[in-house]
Amino acid sequence: MRPWWAQTVSELRLTLRNGEQLLVGIIIPLLVLVFFSLVAIVPLPAGATQRIDIVAPGVLALAVMSSAMVSLGIGTGFERQYGVLKRLGATPLGRGRWLAAKVACVLVLIGLQMLVLVPVALLLGWNPTGSIWLLAPALLAGAAAFAGIGLLMAGTLRGTLTLALANGLYLVFLLLGGMVFPLDQLPTVVADIARLLPPAALTGAVGDATGSSGAPGGAVAWVVLVGWAVGAPAVAAWRFRWE
Amino acid sequence: MVSVPPAPATNGDVLVSVDNLVVRYGDLTAVNGVSFTARRGEILALLGPNGAGKTSTVETLEGYRRPASGTVRVCGLDPIADHTDVVARIGVMLQGGGIHNQMRVAEVLHLFAAYYPDPLDPVALAARVGLDHRMRSSWRSLSGGEQQRLSLALAVIGRPEVVFLDEPTAGVDPAGRVTVRQLISELGNEGVCVVLTTHDLADAEKIADRVVLIDHGEVLADGTIDELTRATRSSFTFTLDSIGSLSTPLDVAEIANAVGAAVTDEGQGRFRVEAAPEPAVVAALTAWLAERNQGLGDLHAGRRSLEDVFLELTGDPEETTS
Repeated sequence: MRPWWAQTVSELRLTLRNGEQLLVGIIIPLLVLVFFSLVAIVPLPAGATQRIDIVAPGVLALAVMSSAMVSLGIGTGFERQYGVLKRLGATPLGRGRWLAAKVACVLVLIGLQMLVLVPVALLLGWNPTGSIWLLAPALLAGAAAFAGIGLLMAGTLRGTLTLALANGLYLVFLLLGGMVFPLDQLPTVVADIARLLPPAALTGAVGDATGSSGAPGGAVAWVVLVGWAVGAPAVAAWRFRWE
Repeated sequence: MVSVPPAPATNGDVLVSVDNLVVRYGDLTAVNGVSFTARRGEILALLGPNGAGKTSTVETLEGYRRPASGTVRVCGLDPIADHTDVVARIGVMLQGGGIHNQMRVAEVLHLFAAYYPDPLDPVALAARVGLDHRMRSSWRSLSGGEQQRLSLALAVIGRPEVVFLDEPTAGVDPAGRVTVRQLISELGNEGVCVVLTTHDLADAEKIADRVVLIDHGEVLADGTIDELTRATRSSFTFTLDSIGSLSTPLDVAEIANAVGAAVTDEGQGRFRVEAAPEPAVVAALTAWLAERNQGLGDLHAGRRSLEDVFLELTGDPEETTS
């Protein structure tokens, strides 16, 4: 317990100390939430009555992506490059507790993001109406999927390349994930491909929990999401190189 | 390989044993049949030029590399198969540190202390390595020497039985070197088995109880400093008194005939006799000089330095940095 707890606290402290991660994890989602719910840039999808009901679920998905993929991937990538993971290999911490600390850190970060983003969304008039009990499973499955992608990059690429790729994916997934631009506004071919990727699947699943979102929910979204949640960490565990 | 008598087994049990170790990276053979042992309380230096196979050997003992053949044991355990038990009993210092850039000295000491059941007190340890005034500094802001001292502290914080130190004095300023060497000596006195790598002869000469000389992945010599320097004392030098009666150049063949060994003129008035400085040989030399009423300038029959041994065995002075 003690090594795991100390490692988790250390991971959290280092993450929260890092200004860029604060920017990607809190500031950008907050700006997206406020800006796109107040300014009429993107047309409302059919059936939706107010923008915040579309933007809020997308921003929750965006927040999960920033913590689980961007923060975790970049942080772990540099730890690997600088030999931090190699050094830990010669301590009694062990890979199991190391991974458990990483998971705990990501979950705490997502919790903190929700504590900030949900009240702001509610203040902006968000009115979640769906099966709200689905929210936690959706966020957890999303976290697993994005963490798998982040760790796959961290465990196979150089730290700087992981940094560039994670930030690039963050932007592409923001645009293709139905988070800001509803998926039905995209060309059909693009939207069909996007539905098979984790961001749109997560946005759709969150939408099932909150009533509406910019991506279709239902069975397809959940199957895709759970598939990534299982597959991405499995591939990451298989391909991960510690030094 | 220089043959030296085996050290008496007075230091207690063997904690590190390497038997005919071979380590390969693809086609490259980094370690080719290395064997040695280290005991409780012993400080063993793996000495050799860069690329000799020192780090590969140590990293195999730490469980990072799998031997292509041969066996390594740490506290009687296999570093890979018994990894969990081994890491609880060893401390390591890697080249390059491996500490998070943004972590502060106090944080990293407390974190590593939490990995072990009965750690040393982080604050006292910081003072022991001279970092108590840097507790709030991040790893990135430490000097090379400070980083090495922190790494050394982390290697010992879990009260290990065996400590592996890879180039512990690399990048450390002269004052820091004294601190690092003193700490390592203290570990030996406390009964810790220390295996360190170095290409610095002074490190080996000042702190090691035992030196294993490695080059091109093979052991060239293994023994105490005393054994290594004595074993190779196969010649001695002398100079002549400048006010003697003999005119230069000296006829070296004539002296060689008198002492019964080859003599070479090394220049600047120094001559080398290719024989151990046994009393009979020295007597023959001085008798020859007495007949000619020639005084001796100096006679150097002392032990050779470790550097001489190192250069003689590795045969490549360009590779060394003493």
